[in-house]
Amino acid sequence: MTTARNSHRRPAPSGRAASAVSGPASRDQPLLEVTGLCVDYGFGQDAIHAVVEADLVLRRGEVLGLAGESGSGKSTLAYAITRLLRAPGVITGGQVLFHTPGTGDQDLPASAAAPWHTIDLLDAGPEQLRALRWNRIAVVLQSAMHALNPVLSVGAQLTDVLRAHRPEMDRAARLTRAGQLLELVGIPADRLGNYPHELSGGMRQRVMIAMALALEPQIVIMDEPTTALDVVTQREILEELMDLRDRLGFAILFITHDLSLLIEIADTIAVMYAGRIVETAGARQLYRAPRHPYSLGLLRSFPALHGPHQPMTGIGGSPPDMRQLPAGCVFHPRCPYAMDKCRVDTPQLLRLHATGRAVACWLQGTATTPPPELALPEPESSATTATRATTQAATPPEATTQATPAPGVGQQAAGIIPSQRSGS
Amino acid sequence: MALVIGTDPAATGDGQPPPLPTVRLRRGARVLQLPKSLKVRIGLGFGLGFIILAVIGPWIAPDNPNTSLSTTSGVPQAPSAAHLLGTTQVQQDVLSQLLAGGRSTILVAIVAGLIATTLAVLFGVTAGYYGGVLDDLLSMLANIFLVMPALPLLIVIFGFLSKSTSPSDVLIGLVISITGWAYGARVMRAQTLSMRQRDYVVSARAIGEHGWRIMMFEILPNLLPIVATSFLFTVIYGVGTYTALSFLGVISPVHWSWGTMLYWAQSAQAAQQVRIEWWWFVPPGLAVGLFGTSLALLNFGIDEFINPRLRAAGLSRRTAKRAGLPRRSQLGLTPVVRNSGPVSIAAAVPGQLPDEIGHGPLAGTDRRT
Amino acid sequence: MRLIARRLALYIVTAIVAITVNFFIPRLMPGNPAEVAIGHMQSTVTPQTIAALDLQYGVNTHTSLWGQYVHYWDQLLHGNLGISFSAYPATVASVIRAALPWTIGLVGMATVISFVLGTLLGIAAAWRRGSWLDNLLPAMTFFQAAPYFFVAILAVALFATKLGWFPQNSGYDTIALNPGLSWGYISSVLDHAVLPALTIVAGSIAGWIIGMRNMMLTTMDEDYVLIAQAKGLPKRRVISYAARNAILPSVSGFSLAIGFVVSGALLTEIVFSYPGIGYILLQAIGSEDYPLLQGIFLIITFAVLAANLIADFVYAFLDPRTRQEA
Repeated sequence: MTTARNSHRRPAPSGRAASAVSGPASRDQPLLEVTGLCVDYGFGQDAIHAVVEADLVLRRGEVLGLAGESGSGKSTLAYAITRLLRAPGVITGGQVLFHTPGTGDQDLPASAAAPWHTIDLLDAGPEQLRALRWNRIAVVLQSAMHALNPVLSVGAQLTDVLRAHRPEMDRAARLTRAGQLLELVGIPADRLGNYPHELSGGMRQRVMIAMALALEPQIVIMDEPTTALDVVTQREILEELMDLRDRLGFAILFITHDLSLLIEIADTIAVMYAGRIVETAGARQLYRAPRHPYSLGLLRSFPALHGPHQPMTGIGGSPPDMRQLPAGCVFHPRCPYAMDKCRVDTPQLLRLHATGRAVACWLQGTATTPPPELALPEPESSATTATRATTQAATPPEATTQATPAPGVGQQAAGIIPSQRSGS
Repeated sequence: MALVIGTDPAATGDGQPPPLPTVRLRRGARVLQLPKSLKVRIGLGFGLGFIILAVIGPWIAPDNPNTSLSTTSGVPQAPSAAHLLGTTQVQQDVLSQLLAGGRSTILVAIVAGLIATTLAVLFGVTAGYYGGVLDDLLSMLANIFLVMPALPLLIVIFGFLSKSTSPSDVLIGLVISITGWAYGARVMRAQTLSMRQRDYVVSARAIGEHGWRIMMFEILPNLLPIVATSFLFTVIYGVGTYTALSFLGVISPVHWSWGTMLYWAQSAQAAQQVRIEWWWFVPPGLAVGLFGTSLALLNFGIDEFINPRLRAAGLSRRTAKRAGLPRRSQLGLTPVVRNSGPVSIAAAVPGQLPDEIGHGPLAGTDRRT
Repeated sequence: MRLIARRLALYIVTAIVAITVNFFIPRLMPGNPAEVAIGHMQSTVTPQTIAALDLQYGVNTHTSLWGQYVHYWDQLLHGNLGISFSAYPATVASVIRAALPWTIGLVGMATVISFVLGTLLGIAAAWRRGSWLDNLLPAMTFFQAAPYFFVAILAVALFATKLGWFPQNSGYDTIALNPGLSWGYISSVLDHAVLPALTIVAGSIAGWIIGMRNMMLTTMDEDYVLIAQAKGLPKRRVISYAARNAILPSVSGFSLAIGFVVSGALLTEIVFSYPGIGYILLQAIGSEDYPLLQGIFLIITFAVLAANLIADFVYAFLDPRTRQEA
């Protein structure tokens, strides 16, 4: 995949005032900034803290991967962002800033030439959410068989979004557009009249993707979109997806437990454990130089196709019981490098070296020296790598080597919206 | 009622009835807790009350239901001290009729329920387990009985019995059960089919356990909630059908039951009189209704046990209001409640607590959605 | 269409079973009731009629059992249901034909209202879970558990006798009016139909409400409903995503329910002396009019089977998954 677009990056204007209106976005402007998001299941004493203090930034055209075991809270996080979390889920804190053209009250297409605003999705009302949904943020779920309405035809499910958000389109225009969408994902347009049960698994997933792109959203959230498919179909669909991303320019929040997949397709990866984000890094950075023991364990859990033989060690212990989390760092019972401090104090997600990575571990950025496998040198970051670009490509050379608390992470910057880019 | 915690928002349903919670047969297995739902408690209370009355009813009745206690009047008397529920047109004590009729009605219903449920389990589990031709035949049989209207059939069967012969309660229950087993059989068959694939059944077969042993000890214990529901449903059906048959006069009116009381009341046009003789028809009808309702409430309770999605949505009104949560959880509008932040978790990190965790520039304002 | 074909085969088999049962029951009952009944009729009917009845019930004939069976079928296929004892010399078929339109009108109208209203209330109860609608359910359960005719009697006592809003019995004002397409007649018919219809609706609606509510709750947990909400579709459309799936079990359950509704309707008619099948059924039972009794059984069975078939067509229309050959 080419990176031609990314090489035109200009640094975002810094020191933006706290007003809500700003000019058209640059390539790397953040679209979605999640700060300190907390999500509980249930309420009161028995509440389970499914997501704790999560920070994420999703930039325009970026693929952000969210990796973690089952039950780590990654799906919860994604659904909470869009307020689609089912009962008894409750959002108990944080901010989800969404930068988008228009105030979010009208059903404008994302490409509209309107001044950009920032909306906190957690404060938005039902009408605002309804206008934004699918228009700006779309969702693709794991099992298309269950995500498609079995009694409606594919065409009906494609056109009803158009009818809801683009009232100016008439019936013929909608049908044409629906046909175009199917062609976009490689399905002949004459399948519009088919029902979900008449399509194969791969085709259904493609229909879901086509449906998600119907209104040309800015962000597509994909929750394990290919997990239920065979590897061959998985490959095909992912390639088509990346191709579409290049063409249409939307950002993807890709949730999966398959870290190896993310390393291939994601620009940035956030690793979650027990409801906390424990590491955020560029994909290549994470692969070559993991900083968190959990990330290291994950990487050692799948074999590489190339390179020397490496022992697969996996991660000892078992996933945590969310109702009784250990004190201090949640990972410490399974961590081969746990220190005394880890059993008592919870590490926060801290920015490292102004490289755009962040880690929540006492081994990094303090007086202790991390073990060599967690201190590997950063990979060479170049804008012309054949695979994909990382956000670190524009890291200014005068990056400091001192760990600084990243703005908008754990603590709050002095109210500057949007939060600043790394390093600038 | 405890919150249903841990619902995975990405969990998929397949539109089928949910699988029953699995129970392994164990000595001293789980103790059944008294259900907390008010509905179920009422149902249980009333149901037991009726059964007790059915047993002791005729013994505590003040008079013989058949006896005309006085010949002076041809008009039903309103309730009085002597006759707590008044009298019929021929001066029979309504209360005694109610108590005597209660025993017959409830007995017939329970007999019908027991036999029908036994047949349902027998046919349903066998058909589901063995499959093949046996399944086809039994399913066909069940479908025929399901589709054929029950009451007209029973009318024809009972209608040919001479009016002077009065079949026993047990026999009536038996005949009624012939029309009542098919629905339960279908349900059992469906559940057995899904259980056949389960690991513990497959492994039992691999070991070489006999079919009937598997059905008895592996499949049946897990069907118990459904069997209970089916039994209650059939008892309700039995009460309704028996009452209807008696009301029609198809079952000899000399045989006392709640339906018979209504037969006599209707013959005398008790509801159409200017002076509505409500004491004659309201007690038996009410009794049937209450008995049926109590069993239905019990059924609700079992339904909610089987299908947790039906349980009341978690929080009581007061708790929800205190938390600032909307009473009804709305789809697609996850509530945001900020006053209870995750401070309790980070409290383990003294000295590292920033002032306002998790609050942005909008901190300090009270947001409720 | 395979579904329809299978169901049709079932109905045909059921009809055959019903007819066969009808044939055998009089012959199996102790005390030979048919023979006794025919004996009572000796004085009032023609000898040919006696002979026909003898053959129909296998009394005093030399024809074999199989021969009688064939004869029975032969008669049925010619639309001959026998002679009514109580309405002699009218045939059973004519008696039923006079009463049938009343029942079909009443039951048809009441069932449609009950189904539609029940389904809508069930959807509302599920969507607005936690609202006052939830309190409606126990009350509805009572009406469902109480026998139809009891509710009918209550309705008569309250609305007809006490309040005088509606007539107490009959299908129309038999004293003042004659049947015909006059407005007076039609309004009288409607007036007399309100209470019976209300009774039938009250007795059957709880089942639809509860069934639909439960199914909606299950369906609302499905992913496609969440996606509908995520698509930013208007609320009505989201509800329809769920409802169109949730209604399927109600439609397939309709075939079970119709049997009960019809039975309940018959009993209701008795309370109101409504001139439908129920009324003549009571008459048949009281006067031991066996041919009429059996004729009613067959007609009701056929009607219920026909209603089932219609429900199957509706189901196949609503659920595209049935159209595929599995």
